[in-house]
Amino acid sequence: MSNRIDVKKTYKLFINGAFPRTESGRTYEVKNAKGIFIANPCLASRKDLKDAVVAARAAQHGWNKATAYNKGQILYRLAEMLEGRRAQFVDEIVTVTGVTKAKAEKEVTDSVDRLVWYAGWSDKISSLSGALNPVAGPYYNFTIPESMGVIAAIAPEVPSLLGLIDSLAPIIVGGNTVIVLASTKAPLSAMSFAEVIATSDVPAGVINILTGKKDEITPWMASHMDIDGLDISGLGAKKHAEIKFAGAENIKRIYSFKNADPGRILAFMENKTVWHPIGL
Amino acid sequence: MSFYGLVDGTEASLKKYLGSLSGVDQVGADARAAMLATRSIKTTSKRWAIDTAITMVDLTTLEGADTPGKVKALCTKAVRPDPTDASVPSVGAVCVYNDMVGIARTHLDLIGGHHVGVAAVSTAFPSGRASMAVKIQDTKDAVEAGASEIDMVIDRGAFLSGRYIEVFDEIVKIRDICGTKAHLKVIFETGELVTYDNVRKASFLAMAAGADFIKTSTGKVAPAATAPVVLVMLEAVRDFYAMTQVRIGVKPAGGIRNTKDAIKQLVLVNETAGPEWLKPSLFRIGASALLNDLLMQRMKMDDGYYASPQYVTID
Amino acid sequence: MGEKLTFEYAPAPESRALVSIKPKYGHFIGGKFVAGSKHFPTINPATEEVLSQIALAGKNDIDAAVKAARKAYTTTWSKMSGKERGKYLFRIARIMQERSREFAVLETLDNGKPIRESRDVDVPLAAAHFFYHAGWADKLEYAGLGTTPKAHGVAGQIIPWNFPLLMLAWKVAPALAAGNTVVLKPAETTSLTALLFAEVCQQAELPAGVVNIVTGDGSTGALIVNHPGIDKIAFTGSTEVGKIIARAVAPTNKSVTLELGGKAANIIFEDAAIDESVEGIVNGIFFNQGHVCCAGSRLILQESIADEVLEKLKNRMAKIRVGDPMDKNTDLGAINSKEQLLKIRELTAVGDSEGAQRWSAPCDLPGKGFWFAPTIFTGVTQAHRIAREEIFGPVLSILTFRTPQEGIDKANNTPFGLSAGIWSEKGSKILWASQQLRAGVIWANTFNKFDPTSPFGGYKESGWGREGGRHGLSAYLKGVSHE
Repeated sequence: MSNRIDVKKTYKLFINGAFPRTESGRTYEVKNAKGIFIANPCLASRKDLKDAVVAARAAQHGWNKATAYNKGQILYRLAEMLEGRRAQFVDEIVTVTGVTKAKAEKEVTDSVDRLVWYAGWSDKISSLSGALNPVAGPYYNFTIPESMGVIAAIAPEVPSLLGLIDSLAPIIVGGNTVIVLASTKAPLSAMSFAEVIATSDVPAGVINILTGKKDEITPWMASHMDIDGLDISGLGAKKHAEIKFAGAENIKRIYSFKNADPGRILAFMENKTVWHPIGL
Repeated sequence: MSFYGLVDGTEASLKKYLGSLSGVDQVGADARAAMLATRSIKTTSKRWAIDTAITMVDLTTLEGADTPGKVKALCTKAVRPDPTDASVPSVGAVCVYNDMVGIARTHLDLIGGHHVGVAAVSTAFPSGRASMAVKIQDTKDAVEAGASEIDMVIDRGAFLSGRYIEVFDEIVKIRDICGTKAHLKVIFETGELVTYDNVRKASFLAMAAGADFIKTSTGKVAPAATAPVVLVMLEAVRDFYAMTQVRIGVKPAGGIRNTKDAIKQLVLVNETAGPEWLKPSLFRIGASALLNDLLMQRMKMDDGYYASPQYVTID
Repeated sequence: MGEKLTFEYAPAPESRALVSIKPKYGHFIGGKFVAGSKHFPTINPATEEVLSQIALAGKNDIDAAVKAARKAYTTTWSKMSGKERGKYLFRIARIMQERSREFAVLETLDNGKPIRESRDVDVPLAAAHFFYHAGWADKLEYAGLGTTPKAHGVAGQIIPWNFPLLMLAWKVAPALAAGNTVVLKPAETTSLTALLFAEVCQQAELPAGVVNIVTGDGSTGALIVNHPGIDKIAFTGSTEVGKIIARAVAPTNKSVTLELGGKAANIIFEDAAIDESVEGIVNGIFFNQGHVCCAGSRLILQESIADEVLEKLKNRMAKIRVGDPMDKNTDLGAINSKEQLLKIRELTAVGDSEGAQRWSAPCDLPGKGFWFAPTIFTGVTQAHRIAREEIFGPVLSILTFRTPQEGIDKANNTPFGLSAGIWSEKGSKILWASQQLRAGVIWANTFNKFDPTSPFGGYKESGWGREGGRHGLSAYLKGVSHE
């Protein structure tokens, strides 16, 4: 056995392509299934959320403008980067959640595959939901889905990595930017995934990841007037009413999902209909 | 010539002037014309519109088979459209081929129709395909024979191939010949210009070159005076007035066959160029069959029952 | 002749003889007209004449309507094949076409909108909506929601007063096509065409309870929204009420669609076709007295053409014929209610006090009834209330811009996102602008066009969901993955 002392990682937030500590200076303890201390991730505050929204809003226009081909390649790049760091993710999942190595490996595999699956949707989703509308008059009329804006998401507690991928990938593939609140109990996968993002080609601010408490952050997400939509799949059903109530103030689109399907992408896209006369 | 200060007679200045015009959206113009066509003109306003329309008619015969007899009959009708009702006003003018001008003028004067004009179609009507020398002579003949109005056609070939300066120069030359003796109406043959953008462009070109009237069509090509084409021309004279304080007249011709059509034209005038244009010096309707329908509708309004064509004269 | 210098249009009133209005109405529940308990008057806003007494539905009425709708859903409508359901919708469409003049006259009497618009827009489009959706009823498995899309059950629908029959059609047609049954509440001031529609349902032999119509005010609407027997809420109205509904349904599993307010920008670029743009401005804000959620109420003009457009706009506005809505030549009718008139007056007074310059078209307004002359405000900035709040009347706020991006930024600077207009003769600029604008409906070189095949609905605080087209239909079906 080596006498070498490990160099442990400080887990920080991921906002605007950087890894800041929470402005609040707070952390919380993450323990493994056996109750042994693992890490002190940041306990994000509402001000961290506010900063993340500013970053996400600033990044949205540029991300939306990127071609679908480009967006698809960037998502695929995330899959490549994740694939290359499989071992680290498997280790972290095993360490934190206590699942078998085989189960952890399956989650990482599924996560890579899920990213690849979403990547392919970028240049197909509009043919799935778009339409040329045969209006009764001399007008060319079409409907296309386009990005909704800034979306917040609450990732499920488990599976901590695959759940995170399902929380952010469908949102960004539609041209939105996202602020994800990671699994509280198992945030390590999320913070390591931030390193994957940072080493891929995702522009700063497109994906922002917070760690902390759902009860603290979610109501601020719901009431934030510059957040257009909210994925509450990771929030207990009992809290849904309260969050939807608060989100009504800006007619926020608030949904929860059970499956990964194209509807999950379209939920955070707006349909735009354009009319133009046909004439000489 | 000053051309209202809009152009200096060079091709460059003409291009710049025409290039400054805004486009016309076909669907939008069609929709506006269609909306105005829903106006419901009843009772007193209909009666006013019928009499006004009669005074605006350029009673027309432009046939290869025209004879002095036919033209004289037309002149008689022009002066007294309804021989049984002296309250029916005379029409604006008779419109004939160049060789009939003298006959028409003489006959009109003979029957007391000094106030009814004679319009001659000119410049190798209807195609406009002749040398400039021929077009000039054509016009000179008509003016000398007593035409008070010259309805010239433009060279659509030149216009469509972008030789606007040729069209412009032609109008200027014909305008010179008309002098103070005759009003100049410039016929575009809008059915051949096809687009409303072209109609607008032709309108501004002709107005700057000295046209007194802009006219849609020869009557020999369909479509002719459609409501949206007239709308676009009325917008042009309105805008030209705003630029120059000069009112140019508009003459739709071709396809206006009944009272309903004529009233729709008057509505277009009223709500586009404005009521100032609702007089024969600024609006004419080139037609032949229209007059009888106006007369029959007038009878119906007076008598309260529908008239029969047997009670109006066929010439 | 020739004494008169102007072409004055003699009155051309549409005949009222075609409609018979009962002195008092009840509700339409379970296929029958049932008496109401309390009543309130509905008036003709052009004359203030009381047209009839409308029933105010209370809890018992709503319970009865929901019960009838549930029974119809369970026993009849959900068991019927789509093919048969569709045939009922086709029947309704045809009867609406047959009785179109009657509907138009009644709509104009009750609403105050010009007969030309009710005749040429509202009623034909309403019939078209039924015709379009009728064809969906037996094709739901192709609507992109999986092979076995299911209806929600009972839909509660609350509609506004600006397009009473048309909004009914937007709501009822897709709901029935998708297999739902409905409880619909027309707006307090405009119930009559909905009640005539109930007669159409009877003539079409629509099974009892599939369509139920209850009349009343906001309290009736709240009873529908909060009723536990309703599975789906569809609302068109103000953003303020939309938020109340969104909060009310938060603790429930009700599916909701909302079509809310707007403050649409109508952007005129310097290379626009000017005359058609002016028509588009007029149609954008003065259509239906400006009582249109997607009205082009903010004119955003490029500075280089601002003077020319303004002059043409004023000339054009001077030709708007304001007056008796029943006259076939009227362009701008009565404001729908005294309450709305007061709101318009209040907001325009704020426009004055905030320093914007008001200009109204010269016109004689009738002595009786509720009227507001077509009005524009120039010198408006983003900070003015009349540039931010929905006036819902014939009032246009005019702003200017210098560069295309500035125009877009001003257009998007609002919590609303329902519609926008773009005027330019340059194709690439139109596509650029339509991409930049954050609104659900973009009219380029046209404005205020509607079609049943064309999805309509807003971004941001203008609502949830779409109406029309396949996208609109999906709001009445389960099968989407999110809840």
